[in-house]
Amino acid sequence: MTLVHNFPFFSILLCMAAGIFTSVFKARVSKILTLMVVGTVLVLSALTLRLTLQLEDAYPFMMGHFPAPWGNEIRIGRLEALMATGFSAVMFISLIAGFRHAESFVSEQKFNLYCIMVDLALAAVLVLIFTNDLFTVYVFIEIMTIASCALVVVRQNGHTLVAITRYMIMHLFGSGLLLMGIAMLYGITGHLLMVPLKEAVQQIVETGNHLGPLTVVIALITAGLAIKSAMFPFHGWAPDTYAFAPPVSAAILSGIISKAYIFVLIKFFYRVIGLEVIISQQITQFLFVCGVAGMIIGSIMAISQRDIRRMIAYSSVAQIGYIYMGLGIGTRAGVEAALFQMLVHAAVKSLLFLSTYELINVSGDRKRFHYLHGAGYRNVPAGIVFTLAAMSMVGIPFTGGFIVKLNLAISGIAIGGWVRVMVLLALALSTLLNSVYFLHTVVSIYRKPAEDHIYPETPKMPAYAGVTLFVSMLLVVYLGIGSEPILRVIETGLKTFS
Amino acid sequence: MPWSLLYENLEQTVAVILFGIGFSILLLQRNLIRKIIGLNIMDTAVYLFLASMGYISGRKAPIVVDGVTEVTAYINPIPAGLVLTGIVVSVSFTAIMLALTVRLYRRYHTLDIDEIAMLARGEDA
Repeated sequence: MTLVHNFPFFSILLCMAAGIFTSVFKARVSKILTLMVVGTVLVLSALTLRLTLQLEDAYPFMMGHFPAPWGNEIRIGRLEALMATGFSAVMFISLIAGFRHAESFVSEQKFNLYCIMVDLALAAVLVLIFTNDLFTVYVFIEIMTIASCALVVVRQNGHTLVAITRYMIMHLFGSGLLLMGIAMLYGITGHLLMVPLKEAVQQIVETGNHLGPLTVVIALITAGLAIKSAMFPFHGWAPDTYAFAPPVSAAILSGIISKAYIFVLIKFFYRVIGLEVIISQQITQFLFVCGVAGMIIGSIMAISQRDIRRMIAYSSVAQIGYIYMGLGIGTRAGVEAALFQMLVHAAVKSLLFLSTYELINVSGDRKRFHYLHGAGYRNVPAGIVFTLAAMSMVGIPFTGGFIVKLNLAISGIAIGGWVRVMVLLALALSTLLNSVYFLHTVVSIYRKPAEDHIYPETPKMPAYAGVTLFVSMLLVVYLGIGSEPILRVIETGLKTFS
Repeated sequence: MPWSLLYENLEQTVAVILFGIGFSILLLQRNLIRKIIGLNIMDTAVYLFLASMGYISGRKAPIVVDGVTEVTAYINPIPAGLVLTGIVVSVSFTAIMLALTVRLYRRYHTLDIDEIAMLARGEDA
């Protein structure tokens, strides 16, 4: 075992330790420390990814002194390393480009507390990606919920308070279902680690004993995670939370944290229950229908919004629908497309939230579309970045969004029957709807403003923020042009993901 | 289904009923304090479920005192450990929800979530 084998463990520990130490530092120091930690995690994850690409299979990493069936462990494979790299990169970019916005919501004395929550959120995301133990999943999901609640509620405004209360109620309900599911699963199998769990579940399926409780467990855990990741009929908490949160928090929440829940769900399907059992219990069909409905209805809701932030928040609901549709197709190709969409959406959505805030900022802090006219000229870099991110959302070629839609369509066509028709129809319709609201927004930020609107002078966006936004824009283009190696990592990673 | 199963697994039955009561209160009540109570009932139900699973009648708590080290002398300690972790989580969530409630009450002078949402809608976003 070389030093690199330990890097995922180091990055988790680093985030948690930074969270503890940040509490005694002043705002400026804690800000720099957080940026350094997230940057280090990015480098460590990238090195881990390089290591796992050289290894044939994933390797388990023992946490503590007890080996597998008794102790806790994490598992490091290509898929996990790729997700960790992608998410920490998105987090790093969002923090550099958007940290200064958070300063206008959080007072100087309390800024270190905000930094703690950022560290804890990243630690929880990393643990959820790597862990091999179902109860650890529960604990860190709760830590992530608390951290994201704090990230949003730093903005002391009536709308934010109401949104976060709704958010907490739905998330607590989801956690309750998840915990009940885990408790029942422990009751019928006697294990919490995923490798022995899967053997026990296979025995249950073969012998037919406790098959009823197993169905209940699958339903409870799927429902819990679906609520927490804002799958369509349970999305009620999402738009307001994303829209009224500070922009960095919105980028982190909708870009990274909601994806971590979905990654846990994929892990549960593949590594605990086994995809064949999930398909035979018709859970995938449920996810498929919810995904398709989310794609369409999320987009329709987005069109009817007058506040640009709520529009983007509703488009998140639609984009989560794409992920669930990919999962619901139920084939390996469908899940690969869903995993790729998780990366693309994380990058694009955080860009959208950050550039939108810049555009709102140069329009005198007004969010309605008619005040945003001409914002693309008042802040040229933000306008360009927003336009490109919107193009990716619509699915214009050479952007990540196009590759996602292409892969979803291919995996749908490969199945045939009514699924093929549904996938193609849903993709066509949602692309059409996406282009309606995103192109409308792009056109409106480049329109001539009405003459009676007076826009106050605002401080210029600092150069580093513009550069970061451009770099992340290149990332989105890279996901479109150079998607082949990433798709291959996902493909080979998913093969050993069992 | 034989009804005697429900009676034989009395703790689990009660736990599932309590869980249902708890999440109905959490989702359906409009008063924030009642919602928090519902949350606590829901979580406690899961702890009852877990604890009853680990208990084996006639055995002792897994603390070695008289040098007895046979596995058959003790109950399963893992569910108890899970319950302890769960209690910590639910205490912190209760604290956060109460803090949010205090903040909302100071601002709107009511605990009714629908009324609060109505009042907030009139504000500038």
